[in-house]
Amino acid sequence: MTAGFISKKVLGALVTLIFVVCFNFFLFRVVDADPVANLFRGKELSQSQRAELREEFGLNGSQGEQFVKYLGQTAQLNFGRSYSTNQPVWDEIKKKAGATIALVGIAAVLSAVIGIMLGIAAAWRRRTKADYGITAFTMGAYSMPEFWLGMLLLTFFAVKLGWFPVGGITDPDSSATGLAKLADQAHHMFLPALTLTLAYLGEYTIIMRSSLLDTMREDYLVLARAKGLRDVLVRNRHAVPNALLPVVALMAINFGFVLSGAIAVEAIFSWPGLGLATYEALKGPDLPMLQGLFLVFSASVILFNLIADILYAWLDPRVRTS
Amino acid sequence: MSGQVPLLSVRDLHVTYAAAERPVPAVRGVDIELEVGETLGLAGESGCGKSSLAGALLRLLPGGTEVTGEVLLDGEDVLTMKPGRLRAVRWTDLAIVFQGALHTLNPVQRVGDQIGEAIRLHSKGTSHAKVRERVGELLELVGLPARRARDYPHQLSGGQRQRVLIGLALACEPRLLIADEPTTALDVMVQAQVLRLLEDLQERFGLATIFITHDLSTLASVCRRLAVMYAGRIVEQGPSHDVFAAPTHPYTRALAGAFPVIGDQAFRMAPAGLPGDPPDPRHLPEGCPFHPRCPAAVETCSSVPVELWPAGPGRAAACIHAPGSPVPA
Repeated sequence: MTAGFISKKVLGALVTLIFVVCFNFFLFRVVDADPVANLFRGKELSQSQRAELREEFGLNGSQGEQFVKYLGQTAQLNFGRSYSTNQPVWDEIKKKAGATIALVGIAAVLSAVIGIMLGIAAAWRRRTKADYGITAFTMGAYSMPEFWLGMLLLTFFAVKLGWFPVGGITDPDSSATGLAKLADQAHHMFLPALTLTLAYLGEYTIIMRSSLLDTMREDYLVLARAKGLRDVLVRNRHAVPNALLPVVALMAINFGFVLSGAIAVEAIFSWPGLGLATYEALKGPDLPMLQGLFLVFSASVILFNLIADILYAWLDPRVRTS
Repeated sequence: MSGQVPLLSVRDLHVTYAAAERPVPAVRGVDIELEVGETLGLAGESGCGKSSLAGALLRLLPGGTEVTGEVLLDGEDVLTMKPGRLRAVRWTDLAIVFQGALHTLNPVQRVGDQIGEAIRLHSKGTSHAKVRERVGELLELVGLPARRARDYPHQLSGGQRQRVLIGLALACEPRLLIADEPTTALDVMVQAQVLRLLEDLQERFGLATIFITHDLSTLASVCRRLAVMYAGRIVEQGPSHDVFAAPTHPYTRALAGAFPVIGDQAFRMAPAGLPGDPPDPRHLPEGCPFHPRCPAAVETCSSVPVELWPAGPGRAAACIHAPGSPVPA
């Protein structure tokens, strides 16, 4: 892989990011021309108070001046202060990112691994009961909306059986530390992670299955068998790695949505991450918070797309040299 | 023992593909004998069953395909071998050179690794350096520089890929080589080079070869014996020069005539071709399956079944016009 290839891709990603930053500015200007009036609706504000608030929110001056100021601040990761907590948006995001990365990251990895394995099993035993069973199960899980699946699991396992807590990340009454705290968090994470894993799983299975079925028609597998390789080796050395290529791209792109991916599920399980923060900011609307979140989400998608491009080229020599 | 038992003896081979409505008989009773070091050319149009035959010899056809008869390799039946024995026979006794289209080689593995895989598989414990050395030797044997081992298939031209496939087929020093349309995807100049290479290797290593193609003139120059297939059966066989120079079966005549003779004015004016398409193997015509397209067909052809009848020294043809035909034409 050449340095030229990588720098071209990195440059492309940077251009996209700059576009998103600019777009973000105008998007929020379209949403609300005068946030001050909106936020303090029904409250008596004097002219001077109003001007002070506008100053504080960076809303004075022409749009051009605001835009330049916005670019400068964004470059320093200064997204302003949240309307609701009055804390810097960047600090809020940093504080909440961990919970989301833990939850959605685990679900993303689990769903990819399990989904791919199910897809391989289904394709290799196509038109058997195993294939039909796997396909039916994953299609079912895939077609269920996340929030609905989440509520079903919540109602059954948390409310009815009481095996798991109904929400949050730790037991508010517990003062456990160390391992006990980690176990408590894992206990809280189980249901939302299960929901997300089930929801993401199907996509991987379906794509892996069809990709492997396509690969299994390739002539080089006949050659591999003719050489005297046993079936398992034909599969593991020649069929699966090649069939994985499109799935790897999908995986990298899905990982880009790890930060933003769980708005509904975090809201249902009151998981204190970025998804829940988005949900709450939307209710405000807490515009600086939303603006910051949107930017972080976009940046993560762009970053993982870049990783997907580079990974794909690394895995597939045809992309690399053409 | 080679005096008694031929290297390869195919007896009454049938290949029937499973299909939704009606099974498709692709090969319908083929007999082939091949001695050590002998070359046999197998010709026919697309769909005549020649590639199915090749696939059946190594049991490479898709699951659900019914293969009956016998494929005796040194007297041992390939069709009834246990899986482990079959894997050992593959590539060490019988190797295939496939048509060198892009996807015959794994597109994401270096060609050297793909050759090395066969070596490592059949002589376990060969050291890394030894394998690399052998891969380099094989590539040089087929006229490629050893450093090409590091290339991926898409970095090679069609002719180079075909050479890699030939080198790969020779990796475990097989005694029987099946070349399944090895020159079809190549342009004429490269075809000639690859053919010369195959001929050369065949002589050097005393390889028995079954050479499959639709190009009769190629076979005549490369193989000692020739068999022509039509609708899943051999319709003519014999020494290749005799068959090519004076075909007995009208189908062979049409195949031989389908290739232009450079400088022949008569051919330019009236190129010989064969009207119509090969029959659908699910609905074969009664009698001789070739009779609807045959310029020499008579009334009996549509009712009397044909089989290989003697047609001169070492020759046989499945036509009622053949000299040895018991049916009056």
